[in-house]
Amino acid sequence: MLKDITLGQFFPGNSVIHKLDPRIKIIACISYIVGIFLCKSAVSYALMLVSALLLVLISRLPVKTVLKSIKPILLVLLFTAVLNIFWHSGETVLFSFWRITVYMEGVISAIYMVLRIVSLVIGTSVILTYTTSPIALTDAIERLLSPLRFIKVPVHEFAMMMTIALRFIPTLIEETDKIMNAQKARGSDFSSGSIVARAKALVPVLVPLFISSFRRADELAVAMECRCYRGGEGRTRMTRLHLAARDFVFMLFIAVFIAAVVLINIYMPFFVV
Amino acid sequence: MAEIVIKTEGLSFAYDDEEGTSPAILENFDLEIEKGAFVALLGHNGSGKSTLAKLLNLILTPTSGSIYLFGEKIDEENMTEDDLYALRRRVGMVFQNPDNQLVATIVEEDVAFGPENLGVPPAEIRERVDKALELVGMTQYARHSPHQLSGGQKQRVAIAGIIACDPEIVIFDESTAMLDPIGRAEVLETIEKLNQNNGTTVILITHYMEEAARADRVIVIDDGKKLLDGTPKEVFSQTKILRSAGLDVPQTTLLLQELAEAGYDLPNDALTPEEGARALAAILSEKEKNK
Repeated sequence: MLKDITLGQFFPGNSVIHKLDPRIKIIACISYIVGIFLCKSAVSYALMLVSALLLVLISRLPVKTVLKSIKPILLVLLFTAVLNIFWHSGETVLFSFWRITVYMEGVISAIYMVLRIVSLVIGTSVILTYTTSPIALTDAIERLLSPLRFIKVPVHEFAMMMTIALRFIPTLIEETDKIMNAQKARGSDFSSGSIVARAKALVPVLVPLFISSFRRADELAVAMECRCYRGGEGRTRMTRLHLAARDFVFMLFIAVFIAAVVLINIYMPFFVV
Repeated sequence: MAEIVIKTEGLSFAYDDEEGTSPAILENFDLEIEKGAFVALLGHNGSGKSTLAKLLNLILTPTSGSIYLFGEKIDEENMTEDDLYALRRRVGMVFQNPDNQLVATIVEEDVAFGPENLGVPPAEIRERVDKALELVGMTQYARHSPHQLSGGQKQRVAIAGIIACDPEIVIFDESTAMLDPIGRAEVLETIEKLNQNNGTTVILITHYMEEAARADRVIVIDDGKKLLDGTPKEVFSQTKILRSAGLDVPQTTLLLQELAEAGYDLPNDALTPEEGARALAAILSEKEKNK
């Protein structure tokens, strides 16, 4: 039952986006978000949609999976749309009844907002979460933030914690399963009764899990010390990340997108709200 | 005579409890281990064998007595942390639970963890990792995640992680205790390979007689004291002393000894089932002839 939990939403693959340097992906992702928020004109929103679609195509992820990533935010989309339609003031009145007036600008702004959020989710999930393994992501964060260690930010320690957490999640899930089975064999019931009763039934699972986690942490610390771990100082890494031509091409693609958005906003300001 | 890599003199250890009266776990322990040896430390639970390992790896500090590693006296008060780490690198240690020793989410990354800590240049780390994985026979699993592996495989990865640090001595602290018979056989084979091919000094802490029988030298510990010390054949023929220490002799030895007591002319130093079978076959064929 607990085995179904997937970590992150990484889909292994062999596309160009999968092969990009994870550092470039993080930078590209942030730049892409900036680009999305710069959109003003209807033409730039169209370009934004095209670029998101292009990203999905390049990543060769199944379109269905990508669309699924929008499902959890449907409610947010609906809320944003309604808010924009009814509360946005403007000049062109579409219709009004009682005290509510709906303006043309409100409808346009609602459409823009929804498109923006959809592209944002698709863009970030295609560039980062769907195509980058959690390990590569941790590694990239450590390397990107490493200049911060000069102002005493424990970047390496943070990355080490992330790695160990990722390493032990499957182990702890397995252990939870084992303990739950052991408690079931002793007559525990996890699946019936009120929510309170079910939550209470989990206490005898959590206590042994906590105790064993502490023991694990202790043993791991000794094992790490035996392998001469003494923090990030003086540490080298086996894998070195190299920027390849595709990384530069991808960054160029994002830069062109941002430049195009800015130029469109200036020279083709259609339906700007 | 080979170089003595480990030497202890009057080594004693007791955990400090609040009253300061906890019983000694090790008492006046003298030990000398030669370079390239394969030594098994045998004892029942709580006999002090794991404590001895942690003392030799400098994780614990002795209450009294001294330890010499590679001819150098360990004097923690006058040693810098760097000296301690340098010595710890030369004495590797593999623990009981394979799950709690692996740090990284990919096998080869985990093997690289030690050399990375030591500040080895990347190209050399790659080389060491490949060599270590090859020695333990896990090359094809290099890109796997540890939780996809069996217990024996995980333990072999843990051994590779230690080998990659390039130690001269490796201590195995009950490293086979949590494994199934297949995993145990895999790990033991790897340990023997490490000793024979790399010339690494191996200290195998165990309570399995069959494992201890594969070493060159067996030391039996009971209540923090050295009880027996010698070749497996010498040690396992001392059935009575072993029994008093709460240990069983290998079943083959036991069978042959009981037969010998019943009046058959059998050697009492056979350890493996094969040796036992050969000894039995010998007297059976002699009987045939006498008929």
